[in-house]
Amino acid sequence: MDTAKRSSVRAEHTLVSRLLIALGVIGAVLLIFMPLATIFAQALSQGWRVYVDNLIHPDTVHAIGLTLLTAAVAVPINIVFGVAAAWLLTRFDFPGKKLLNTFIDIPFSVSPVVAGVMYLMLYGSRGWIGGWLAEHDIQLMFNVVGVIMVTVFVTSPFVARELIPFMQAKGSEEEEAATVLGASGWQTFWRVTLPNIKWALIYGVILCNARAMGEFGAVSVVSGSIRGETNTLPLHVELLYQDYNATGAFAAASLLATLAVITLVLKTIAEWRQRRSLQEQ
Amino acid sequence: MSVKSLAFPRPRRVLPGFGITMGTTLLFVGLVVLLPLSALLIKTGGLGPSEFWAIITSERALASYRVTVGSALAASLFNVGFGLLLAWILTRYRFPGRTFLDAAVDLPFALPTSVAGVALTGLFASNGWYGRLLEQIGIQVAYTPLGITIAMAFTSIPFVVRSVQPVLEEMEPELEEAAHTLGATAAQTFRRVVLPTITPALLTGFALALARSLGEFGAVIFIAGNMPFETEITALLIMIRLEEYDYEAAAAIATTVLAAALVLLLAIHILQAYVARYERRS
Repeated sequence: MDTAKRSSVRAEHTLVSRLLIALGVIGAVLLIFMPLATIFAQALSQGWRVYVDNLIHPDTVHAIGLTLLTAAVAVPINIVFGVAAAWLLTRFDFPGKKLLNTFIDIPFSVSPVVAGVMYLMLYGSRGWIGGWLAEHDIQLMFNVVGVIMVTVFVTSPFVARELIPFMQAKGSEEEEAATVLGASGWQTFWRVTLPNIKWALIYGVILCNARAMGEFGAVSVVSGSIRGETNTLPLHVELLYQDYNATGAFAAASLLATLAVITLVLKTIAEWRQRRSLQEQ
Repeated sequence: MSVKSLAFPRPRRVLPGFGITMGTTLLFVGLVVLLPLSALLIKTGGLGPSEFWAIITSERALASYRVTVGSALAASLFNVGFGLLLAWILTRYRFPGRTFLDAAVDLPFALPTSVAGVALTGLFASNGWYGRLLEQIGIQVAYTPLGITIAMAFTSIPFVVRSVQPVLEEMEPELEEAAHTLGATAAQTFRRVVLPTITPALLTGFALALARSLGEFGAVIFIAGNMPFETEITALLIMIRLEEYDYEAAAAIATTVLAAALVLLLAIHILQAYVARYERRS
C-alpha cells in the first residue's frame, strides 16, 4: 500500500472518530447532564432562601427520615441474603441451582408497580394473608412496614448479582486452604472471604442503597402516600409536583440527585478497587 | 480465567456453610419473592378465564398496551443506536473526559425515577429549556407519546452500553486489522467483522432496555399527560384500578404485565448464555 493512500485512510479515520466522539458527547450532554442540571437550576430558581426553606419544611424533613429508615432496614437484610445466596451459588453444586439463580433475578424484571400489587394482594386487607391479619388488628400495607417490605423486594438482587460473578472469578482455593488448615466456617468467612470480596460487596451495597432510597413505583402502591406519615422522599417529590409547587418538588429532588451523584462517585471507586483486587490475583 | 478451567477438578463441598446458606436463601426467596408472586396469581386465578380475558382485552387496556409497547420499542431501538455509539467511543478512543463520561452513563440507574420524571418534564414543558426551543419549530414533547418514549429512553440508556462495552473491550484487534489490511474500508470492517461479534450483546441490551421500559412508571407518569386511550401506560392503568378499589382488574392486568416480563427474562437469560459462550471461546 503506498503511503499516500495510507495517510488518506488515517485522515478519514480521525475525521470519523472525531465526529463519533462529538456525537456521543453531545448526546450524553443533552440526555444525561441537562436533566441533572435542570433539577438544581429549578430548585434554586427562587433563590437560596426559598431553597433552604423548602428543605427544612417539616414534611420534607419527615420524608427524609422515612427514606433513611427504609434504607437502614432494607439494605442490611439484603446484605445477609446477598452474601448467603452468593456463597451458596458459587461454592456448591446442587440440583435446581439454575432455577434458584433465575428466582433471585425476578425482582429485577418485575415492573415496580406490579411488585407493589403483588404485596397488596398478599398482605392488603382483601389479600390472601391480609384478611387474617386484619382480624388480629395487624396492618402491614399503607404504612411504613409495607414501604420497607416492597423496598426489600425490589432491591433484593443487587448484592447477590454483584457478588456471584466476582466470587466465581476469585475461586475458592483460599477458603479451601483455610478450612483444610482447621479454620471454622465463620473464621474462614470473616478472615478470608470478607476481605477478598470487600469491594464487590461495597459496590453491591451502594447500588442497593441508591435503589432503596429512590424506589418510587412499588412504594407508591403500598404507601397510601399519607403526607407527613408514609411519604418517602421520591413520593414527596411527586406530591409537591402535583400540588403545583414545582420549586419545592425540585428542592426535594435535588437531595435525591445529590445522592445519585455521590452513588456514582463511590461506585466508580469501588469498581476500580474491585478490578485491582482481581488483577492482584 | 482460562488457566482456572484447565485446573484438575476438585471435590466439591469441601467448604462448610451449605445448610445455613441454602436455608437462608430458600427462606428469603420463598417469603420475599415467591409468596407474593403466588398471591397475585391466586387472586387472578379466582377470576375465571372469561372474566380475566374480558379485563385484559378491554378497549382501555388494549390502548394502554399499544402506548406502552410502542413507546418502549421506540425507546429501546433508539438506545441500540445511542448505546452502541457510547460504548464504541468509550472503548475505542481516548479523549478528554472519557472516564467521566464512562461513570456518568450510569446516572439514569442512580437517579430515582420520580426525580428523572420531574427533571425531564421540567426540560420539555413549554417553559423549559428544551420545550421553549421545540415549541418554535412546532414540536410538542411533554404530554405526548414522544414524551413517554424520551422518558423510557432516559431510564434505559445504560443497558445497551453496559452489555456491548465488555464485548468490544475483549475483541481482538487483529481481526479488524486483518480486515483493514485485506482492503476493507472502515465501514465494511464494522459491518462484516465488528457487528456480527457484538450482535448477541446488542440484542441482550435491547431486551434489557425493553423489559425496563415496559415496566417503567415513575419517570413516565409526569411527562405522559396520562390521557386514557392516548398517553396512558399500562402501569398507570393498574394504579388507577387500585385507586378505584377494583383489585381484581388490577391483579389481572398486573399478571399480564408480569407474564410479558418473565418471557423477556427468559429470552435475556438465553441471550446472556450465548454471549458468555462466545466470550469463553475467544
